[in-house]
Amino acid sequence: MDRPYQDGSAAVACVEEGGRKGETFDEAAAEEMVAKLRSKFRSGETRNLAWREQQLRNLARMAEEHEDDIMAALKADLGRGRMEVLIEVLGVWKAASHMLKNFKKWAKPHKVGTPLSLKPGRSEVVYEPLGLVLIISPWNFPFLLSLEPLVGALATGNVVVLKPSEHAPASSHLLSRLLPLYLDSQAVQVVEGGPETGKALLGRRWDKIFFTGGTALGRIVMEAASRHLTPVTLELGGKNPLFIDDSADLEISAKRIISGKCTNAGQVCLVPDYILATKDVAARLIPHLKAAIEQFYGTDPSRCADLARIINHSHVRRLQHLVEHAATAACVVHGGESDVESKYFAPTLLLNVPWDAPIMQTEVFGPILTIQTVSGIDEAIDMITARPKPLVVMVFSSREAVRQRFLKETSSGAMVANEIILQAANLELPFGGVGESGMGRYKGRFSFDCFSHCKAAFTKPLGRDLALRFPPSTRRGEMILKAVFRGAYFSLLLLLLGLKKH
Amino acid sequence: MPGGGVSEGSNGGSFGSKEAAELVASVREVFRSGRTRSREWREAQLRGIERLMMDEEEAIFAALAKDLKRSRVENVLCETVQVYQSARQSASSLRKWMKPERVSTNFVNVPARSEIVSEPFGAVLIFAAWNMPFLLSLDPLIGAIAAGNVAVLKPSELAPASSALLAELLPRYVDKEAVRVVQGGADVATALLESRWDKIFFTGGAAIGRRVLAAAAKHLTPVALELGGKNPAYIDSSADFNICVKRIAFGMCVNAGQSCLSPDYVLVEESVADQFTDHLRRTLTSFYGSDPKQSPDLARIATPASWARLHALLSDPATREHIVVGGETDEATRYVAPTIIRDVSLDAPVMQEEGFGPVIAVIKVRGLDEAIEIIAGRPKPLALYVFTTQSAVIDRFVKDTSSGAVCVNDTTSHFVNPALPFGGVGDSGMGSYHGKHSFDCFSHRKAVMVKGTLLDFPVRYPPGSLFNEKLVKALMNMWVVQIVLVFLGLK
Repeated sequence: MDRPYQDGSAAVACVEEGGRKGETFDEAAAEEMVAKLRSKFRSGETRNLAWREQQLRNLARMAEEHEDDIMAALKADLGRGRMEVLIEVLGVWKAASHMLKNFKKWAKPHKVGTPLSLKPGRSEVVYEPLGLVLIISPWNFPFLLSLEPLVGALATGNVVVLKPSEHAPASSHLLSRLLPLYLDSQAVQVVEGGPETGKALLGRRWDKIFFTGGTALGRIVMEAASRHLTPVTLELGGKNPLFIDDSADLEISAKRIISGKCTNAGQVCLVPDYILATKDVAARLIPHLKAAIEQFYGTDPSRCADLARIINHSHVRRLQHLVEHAATAACVVHGGESDVESKYFAPTLLLNVPWDAPIMQTEVFGPILTIQTVSGIDEAIDMITARPKPLVVMVFSSREAVRQRFLKETSSGAMVANEIILQAANLELPFGGVGESGMGRYKGRFSFDCFSHCKAAFTKPLGRDLALRFPPSTRRGEMILKAVFRGAYFSLLLLLLGLKKH
Repeated sequence: MPGGGVSEGSNGGSFGSKEAAELVASVREVFRSGRTRSREWREAQLRGIERLMMDEEEAIFAALAKDLKRSRVENVLCETVQVYQSARQSASSLRKWMKPERVSTNFVNVPARSEIVSEPFGAVLIFAAWNMPFLLSLDPLIGAIAAGNVAVLKPSELAPASSALLAELLPRYVDKEAVRVVQGGADVATALLESRWDKIFFTGGAAIGRRVLAAAAKHLTPVALELGGKNPAYIDSSADFNICVKRIAFGMCVNAGQSCLSPDYVLVEESVADQFTDHLRRTLTSFYGSDPKQSPDLARIATPASWARLHALLSDPATREHIVVGGETDEATRYVAPTIIRDVSLDAPVMQEEGFGPVIAVIKVRGLDEAIEIIAGRPKPLALYVFTTQSAVIDRFVKDTSSGAVCVNDTTSHFVNPALPFGGVGDSGMGSYHGKHSFDCFSHRKAVMVKGTLLDFPVRYPPGSLFNEKLVKALMNMWVVQIVLVFLGLK
C-alpha cells in the first residue's frame, strides 16, 4: 500500500519481502527530507542538552512500553523466542540509560595540556555534532542495530535518518510507526524501503553514515560516501573462528558455544562460524555439543519455541545449498534438517569440511557449526591469519599463554576468551571490526566519538609574542627558535647569554 | 624487490600495478615477520628519524630552497623542528601508549578482565603533499611506525628535490625493508591504490582526496584525509591590532601562503576595516620591506601551475579592481607579492577556491552574526581564526560554526600542540593526528574480554522461562532487590 510522504511524519514506502515492489521514495523525496532535517539542525535545537536528554528518555520509555509489540514483530520476522527478544529490548534500554547517565559529562569540552613553547595558552577539545546522520540497519537485530546507533547520534546532537532493513518488514513497520510518536520527528525520520530507497538516500550529502550489514554492501556505501567526503562507520561481518584446546572445560564450553551459536538461529555477526581444535579435542567436544543442542532445543528442535527461524526462504535455500553441497554433505555429524516453508533450519554440526568448500568461503549466518581439526595452535593461527580479519576471534582455553598468542598473532575486531557474544554487553569496550569486518566503532563513549567531530580549540591571550617567528629573520633567531621548540633549554640559555655561536 | 629505499618511478623505470602489488607483498612479509611489533624496533626507527632531522638539516634546507625558496626560519618553524619533536616525543611515549587500557567489566560478565589493546593495521600507505614535503611525509610516518606498522611513503613529485632527498635519506636512518619510499606522480599513485592497504593517509586537495577514498572503498581500507579549504579569520574592534595583525600576516604569508592553515579571508567589523587594512599593509612592509621581491624571507610559489592559477586570479578584472596592496607577480621566479584584496563579493572567484598564496581578502561585516552566517554557509574549513578579547564572542564562534579547529588570537600555532587532535571535518577532511592521536590513527583498538568457566549461570541458557526472563531483566539493571525477590519467588 502506498502512502505519500507527509511533512513531519515518517515516509512509508510499500514493502514486500525483498523490497522490490513499488518503492516511492525517490531522489526528490530524499532531497526534500534532507533539506528539512538540515534546517532543523541549523536551528540549533539539537545542540541543546535538555533536548537530547528528552529524546534519550523517550527512546528508553519506548523500549519499555512496547516490549510486547517488539516481541510480536520479532516473532513475525525471525520466529524468535521470548528470551532472545528480551535481550534485544534490554540492549536498547541499556544503551539509552548508559548514555543518559554519561552524555552530559562526555559533551563537555576537555582541557588538554599546552606545551611550553605555546604558553601562555589554553587548549581544549570540543565535541560537536557532525550534522546530518544516516543510519542503515540490518534485519538480524532490527531494533538493537537501529536504536543503539540512534542513541549515539542523538546524544551527540545530530539529526538522523534511519533506514531499517526491508527484509524484517514487521520490525521495520513498527519502527516507522513508533519513532515519530516518541521522538522529535523534525529531527529523526524513518524511511522504509529496499535497494532503490537505499540508493536514493546514498546519493545525498550526509555528514556521517553508519552502516551495519554485509561486506559487499559496505563497499557500496563507502564508495557512495566518498563522493561527498562523508566519514563512515561500517559494522560488517566475516567468518569468526573459535579455537578450543584441552584445557577448556568442554561441557561448559559446549553449552556456551551452542547457546551462543544458535542465538537468533546463528544470524548474529558475533557468533563462531567455525571451530578449530585438535583431533582429540574435537572428538571429545562433539558429544558435548550434541548434548547441549538436545538440552536446549529438545530432540526435535523444529518444535522448540526458543529456536529462532531463518529470515526468509531464499536464505534457507542458501543454507541448504551450503550444507548439501557435494564437498560438505558427507561431513554432517548432527542435524542438517530444514524446511523452507517454515523457515526452519536445525542446529547442525559439520566435521572437517574441505577448506575450499563453499561453506568455508562465506559467512554462514545460520545455525551451522563447522569443526575443523588442526595439528595445534600454530596451524590454527595460520588458518586464521590467512583469511580476512574477522569481527571476533574466540579462544576457549584456561591457559593465559595460549590466549596471549591469539591476542598478539591474530587481528580481529575483538578477541574473547571463554565466551560468545556477551562481550558486546560491556559498554566500556569499543564495538567494531577491522579490515573486511569493518571500520570505526561504537557503544558507550565510543558512540560519542563516532558521531561527533572533536574540534581542537586553542586560545592565546593577547600578550607578548615570540617575535622571532616574524620576518625579517636572523641566524640567531633561527637558533633560538630551534632551542625553544626542541625544549633544549640549556642551549637556549647559552644563546641568550651570547655564549653559543650561530 | 630488494630491500631498498628507492623504488622505480622517477628515473625512467615504470611503476605500474604489478610493481605496486609486489611492493605491498614485500612490506607485508616484513610485517608478518613480527619485527615491527616490538617497542625496541619502533623506538629505533623513531630515534633514526630524530637523527635524520638533526644530522641532515643542511641538506633538507638545500632541498627546500630548491623546491620552495623558503627562509631558514620558516623551514625550522614549518617542518624540521616539528618533525624532530614529534619523533622524540613519540619515542619516549611508546611504552605508555602501547600499554593495554584496562576498562571495567559490566555486571553481567563478571568475573572477567576487559581491556582495549592497540594493534597495528599492517601495511600503511602515506601520500604527502608538496607544500611541506618533509613534515607531511615524516609526521604521518612517525605515527605509522609508533603504532607498529610497515609503511610505503609517496612524496609529492611537485617538490622533486625534497622527494629525492627523502628517498635517499630514509633508508639510511630507518629499517629500509619496513619503510619504503616510492617517487612519482599520479600514475604511480593510481598504481599504488589498486592494491589493498590496511590504512591510507592522504594530505592534499579535496578532489584527489575523493578519488583516494573511492579507491580505498574497494578494499574497505580505512582512510585519514587531511585536506584544505578556505580558512576564515574574524577580527573585531576589541582586538589589539598591534599584536593580532602580525599574527594574521604571519599566517597569511608563511610559506608564501601555501599552507593548509593559512587564513584565506578576514571578516572585519566594519568600523575598523580601514584601520585593519592599513595596519596589515604596514606590517607586511615591516616583514618584507617595501619591495618584497628582494626579501629573502618570502617564499616562492612551488609549481608553475600553482603560480599560473594565482596569476590568473589576480589578473582577473573582477579581482584586480579590489587589490589595495600588492598584486604583482613574476613568472620567472614564481613570485607573488603579499596581496590584500578589499571588499570583494562572496561569489567572486577569489572567494571560491583555496588561495594557497600570500593573498588575503578583507571583507567588512556588520558584526558577529553576519560573520557567523557567512562562515556557516560555506564548506567546513580546516581552521577558524577569531581575534577578539570578548569571551562571549569566542563562545559564539566555537558553538555556531564547525571547523577542524578553532584558534583564538593567533594563526596556525594550534598545530604545534601534540595534545590537540589535528584534522579536518566535512570538506576539510576526516581523521586526525599528532601526538597520541597519530598513534591511534594508525592503530586498531581491539576489544578484549577474558573470562573463566569457573562460574556459569544456568539462567543464560535455553529453554526460556518466566523466571529466567524476570531474572535477566533484574540482572541487566542490577536491581539487587529485584534479583533477591525473583530468587525468593516473591516476584
